[in-house]
Amino acid sequence: MALLAAVMVSPSPAPSQTQQPAPATPTSQATAAAPSPQGGVAGTVASPFGSQAQQGGLNLAVLDPAHGGTDPGARGTGGIRESEIVLDFAIQVRRALELQGFQVVQTRQGNENPSFDDRSATANAQRGAVFVTLHISSTGLPGTARVYVNSEIAPVADSNGLIPWDRAQAPFLGLSRTFGDLVQGFLAQRFKGSPESAQTASVRQLRTTAAPAIAVEISSVTVEDRAELDRMAPGVADAIARGAAAFRPSYVVPNSPGALP
Amino acid sequence: MTPRWKFLLIGGLVFIVLAGAIYFPILRRRVKRAARLQQQSEEQARRELTQPIAINPGDPRVKTKLFWASDTIDSTLVPVTVELPLSNDPVLRSKQVLNTLLAGPVDAELRTLPPDALLLAFYLLPDGTAIADFSEALATSIPSGIVSEQLAVDSITRTLEANVPQVQRLKILIHGQEVETLAGHLDLTGTFAINKKPVQIPARPVPTPSSPDKPATPAGDKTSGTLAQPERKP
Repeated sequence: MALLAAVMVSPSPAPSQTQQPAPATPTSQATAAAPSPQGGVAGTVASPFGSQAQQGGLNLAVLDPAHGGTDPGARGTGGIRESEIVLDFAIQVRRALELQGFQVVQTRQGNENPSFDDRSATANAQRGAVFVTLHISSTGLPGTARVYVNSEIAPVADSNGLIPWDRAQAPFLGLSRTFGDLVQGFLAQRFKGSPESAQTASVRQLRTTAAPAIAVEISSVTVEDRAELDRMAPGVADAIARGAAAFRPSYVVPNSPGALP
Repeated sequence: MTPRWKFLLIGGLVFIVLAGAIYFPILRRRVKRAARLQQQSEEQARRELTQPIAINPGDPRVKTKLFWASDTIDSTLVPVTVELPLSNDPVLRSKQVLNTLLAGPVDAELRTLPPDALLLAFYLLPDGTAIADFSEALATSIPSGIVSEQLAVDSITRTLEANVPQVQRLKILIHGQEVETLAGHLDLTGTFAINKKPVQIPARPVPTPSSPDKPATPAGDKTSGTLAQPERKP
């Protein structure tokens, strides 16, 4: 989409990442995944969707239960639907995040199916939030969980100070990687067979999201009994919440509304 | 209105309702059957129009790397080397390797692409951008999920990378159309970077009668490739 100005950037030297490492890292690998500063893009965001400036550090999370409505997502032979399970997972993740002091905004509360852009808009309207999209796969080793961050997106260098909507994630890739590695580290501790660090994939939902953003995918709808997935929910929720809390010191939330990393 | 007319009116309405109740299910079945037949005939026509590119035995036999799922490590790809007579023309060569990839490995469990998916067309632009147009089955029959969709695209891009060095980026179309995602997750709106450092294919070797089966060294034959990364043009 060639829309500009959904996220508007004006030059300003607002650094996004502190030099201090995250205080709690679940694995040595996660510790090694130091934030890589995004070169060249610093500025403020002026979002057309409103402003909710975050004061006093990162305290907002946008939770996206994927699919919904006419799109059930992955379907298992036992009638398991991804869209329903992620909504149930979201309830537990929300509670765990709130216990860590986060305010949580959900992209959907019920059986609706907002578009990719609408979901991103929910996140892009916030200031200094993290974004987590929840998925259940239809393949993979059951009982494992993977975190994905968006693949490399060409750097944004627009002299008019605008970031194209369709690559809003570009300035946040380094932060997303840090956040993803932290969450994946906690998930690997809980769910044997899960990777130790976040994977890279070109996930559509992440590309238009102007925030540290990850996709968490649980394996899988192929389990015979839905209870097997339900049993994973508390562990997944805890890992996401602890990962977000550990990520806090890595992300300097701007005092003035609209700063980009 | 007289009681007789009322009776006739009510009787007529009851008849219409009963006739509708009987006729509409029949009509619905007929419409569904017609739609199914049309779909089957379209699929049949498509299959007839898109016969896989024939392997020409006269082409030099080269070691070809095809990327399918690993049977030991979950959700990863491994290269499988087979010897195929491949054209030196990059478009023909791409079609040959992709059709072999679509045909699948011996162990069907290790497939990365749906068995009913077809390569409808393949183009290569002068700047190295390839456009691969697959049938709808690639999107509709693939297991939904980030990991399965990523494996599917990676198997295509890594197979092209290993065997067709002229291809530098790949755009995937579904039935001639650009789609937002493969099956709800993986982004197909951009192109996938493949050969960042293109290698020239060596000149076509002249087959010698004494060594007709001697395998040529495939250009870009690497032991392992990096995962294809999507790129977006500024």
